[in-house]
Amino acid sequence: MELSEKLRILSDSAKYDAACTSSGTERRGTGGEGMGNTFAGGICHSFAGDGRCISLLKILMTNYCLFDCKYCVNRRSNDVPRARFTPSEIADLTIEFYRRNYIEGLFLSSGIIQSPDHTCEQMIETLSILRSKYDFRGYIHAKAIPGAAPELINRLGVLADRISVNIELPSQKSLAKLAPDKSKNSILLPMGHISEKIMENKYEIVKYKSAPKFAPAGQSTQMVIGATPDTDLQILRLSEAMYKKYSLKRVFYSAYVPVGDQKLLPPAGTKPPLLREHRLYQADWLIRFYGFRAEEILDETHQDLDPMLDPKCNWAIHHPECFPVEINSADYEMLLRVPGIGVRSAQRIVTARRYAKLDYNDLKKLGIVLKRAIYFILCGGKRMDGLIVTKEGVIRQLMSECAVKENENKSFSDMQISFFDDKNIFPTLEDRVKCLTREM
Amino acid sequence: MSDERDVIYYYDGTFDGLMCCVFESYLKKEIPLDITAHGSDQLSLSEIKFIETNTIRSERVIRGISKKISEEALLFIKYAFLTCAPNKDVLILDYIRKGLLYGRKIEKMLADDTVNLLNKAVYDLTNESHLFKGFIRFSDSGGYLSAVISPKNKVIPLLADHFVDRLRNEKFFIYDKSHRMALVYFDNKAEIMENIDFEMPDADEREKDFRMLWREFYDTIEISERRNPRCRMNNMPKRFWENMTEMNRSDAYTGSVRSISENNYPMIR
Repeated sequence: MELSEKLRILSDSAKYDAACTSSGTERRGTGGEGMGNTFAGGICHSFAGDGRCISLLKILMTNYCLFDCKYCVNRRSNDVPRARFTPSEIADLTIEFYRRNYIEGLFLSSGIIQSPDHTCEQMIETLSILRSKYDFRGYIHAKAIPGAAPELINRLGVLADRISVNIELPSQKSLAKLAPDKSKNSILLPMGHISEKIMENKYEIVKYKSAPKFAPAGQSTQMVIGATPDTDLQILRLSEAMYKKYSLKRVFYSAYVPVGDQKLLPPAGTKPPLLREHRLYQADWLIRFYGFRAEEILDETHQDLDPMLDPKCNWAIHHPECFPVEINSADYEMLLRVPGIGVRSAQRIVTARRYAKLDYNDLKKLGIVLKRAIYFILCGGKRMDGLIVTKEGVIRQLMSECAVKENENKSFSDMQISFFDDKNIFPTLEDRVKCLTREM
Repeated sequence: MSDERDVIYYYDGTFDGLMCCVFESYLKKEIPLDITAHGSDQLSLSEIKFIETNTIRSERVIRGISKKISEEALLFIKYAFLTCAPNKDVLILDYIRKGLLYGRKIEKMLADDTVNLLNKAVYDLTNESHLFKGFIRFSDSGGYLSAVISPKNKVIPLLADHFVDRLRNEKFFIYDKSHRMALVYFDNKAEIMENIDFEMPDADEREKDFRMLWREFYDTIEISERRNPRCRMNNMPKRFWENMTEMNRSDAYTGSVRSISENNYPMIR
């Protein structure tokens, strides 16, 4: 088989893996034979037509697979062309792409062939060629194969910068139904093992300078969104728990794209729930960088994120007692909770206000986006001139236009069972505003 | 300030030259209306002064900045000099004047107009150079890697360290078409050259193969159900596309490319 055809088949099968980050570790090149370094912030090398970053050569070793996970294109029962790379083919391709600055490194995953151990050994061989033969010091993200022996995972972790195990689905029930060959344990065990190794390694590096680094860019995971009836609250709680327990660097959410007709799954042609995925990422950021807890964002009475309002606005609207905050005196944590003010803006405000009292003009100069923030802040004890704040007006301003448009155009029938034939039954913009102000 | 005078400084476009303008401004106790590198033909009603570059003077200014403001401020000014902000020279003069007045506090005075404008310009520069760390595409011709870029700011000095560290055992060449400058790395030595012309050599068969493979990968990695050209354009604006292998498929590659190479290495004049 031609190399180009293999590349097509094996990148096509890998494209549903959301992670393409090359961040988390900084490593300079050495005086050795090879090439490459890594940059802590990561570098995007291109953007695909779907707007997603391309930073790594994302491919599978092979898309032959023993498993039959219902949501996966590469499941045993799916009739797709199959191919297999040899370890040296992958290594050569990586090096040639890297030299031309096409990529930041390699993202290697694989279908399960023969046994999890055998698959993992093949991956280790590939990474060994890159690291030893070519002295390659660029970024490598390797997928841990569920069910592989812990020693093999250890060897993989020493060669890779980041290692990940996909949790796949947000609940055990869904997992049992859709991924019969994987169990909660077969996923959480390696995840726990990797996080232990990373912690251990931190001490080793302190003790022995030459100790090999184990996955210096940490561990990440991914789950499919919208293939199962799990709620956003369940998903966020799971993410929060994983961040805490396994100190994950990232949890990726991947909107389910139907891959062939399956009885248990949304039918082919269903649009991937991109807005929901987007809201989950927003909530994820609130948990990681803004000091929110999952319970603050959602609770038992509101189990799903509002498509019309981003989670931070939603929180702010339901906590009027916290606002408005005074820009010149509020502490950093509170500034971070103002809709429209992010980490960078909050830092700038804290820096600049040491030297001068800030007014609205100064905020604009600092590049603070006032569109949403304006309803929640005071400068020198004053609202912006001419601003009238009513709850209803604020909500109307905060609702994202595209979300409103999307919801008006779309009938809800494909998302929920409808008991009414009349389309007018679905909420209009007016109703939504009323509902959010709790008048309805 | 009261010392403003109806005079325009012309200098040679080098950093030292600009520092001599600063020296002149202090020496004559005057603040020029404008400082400009390219003596334009535009008829000006103001008095024009040609400032000669003199390294003794420029070094005094540079020492003054690092001692009386800070090392960070000096680096910031060097960066500001590389930006494409339209009146960067006057802004830099104003920044130095204010800096000598307020000391290192100047770096944090974000709400000040001059500081704010220069901060934005430098942010734009570092941002653009970061993007190029990803968007540069090399072509291999007989073991030499060469790339062409058309940036708004002079990003080459900011890219040098990154690419030299990364490709330390290669020989490479990055040409900035907009400013006619280049980074040359050869025999483990890096050099930045100015005022040069360069044309990309034609690709050989092996190079064409890898371009094809990369394009194949680029096309397949997209999830077509999620197609979103708007988002792609936000992340990777169209001005970069011309020089990117996967976006520009006319294999004439960078538009004005002709092969003029002898022994396969691009000529530098």
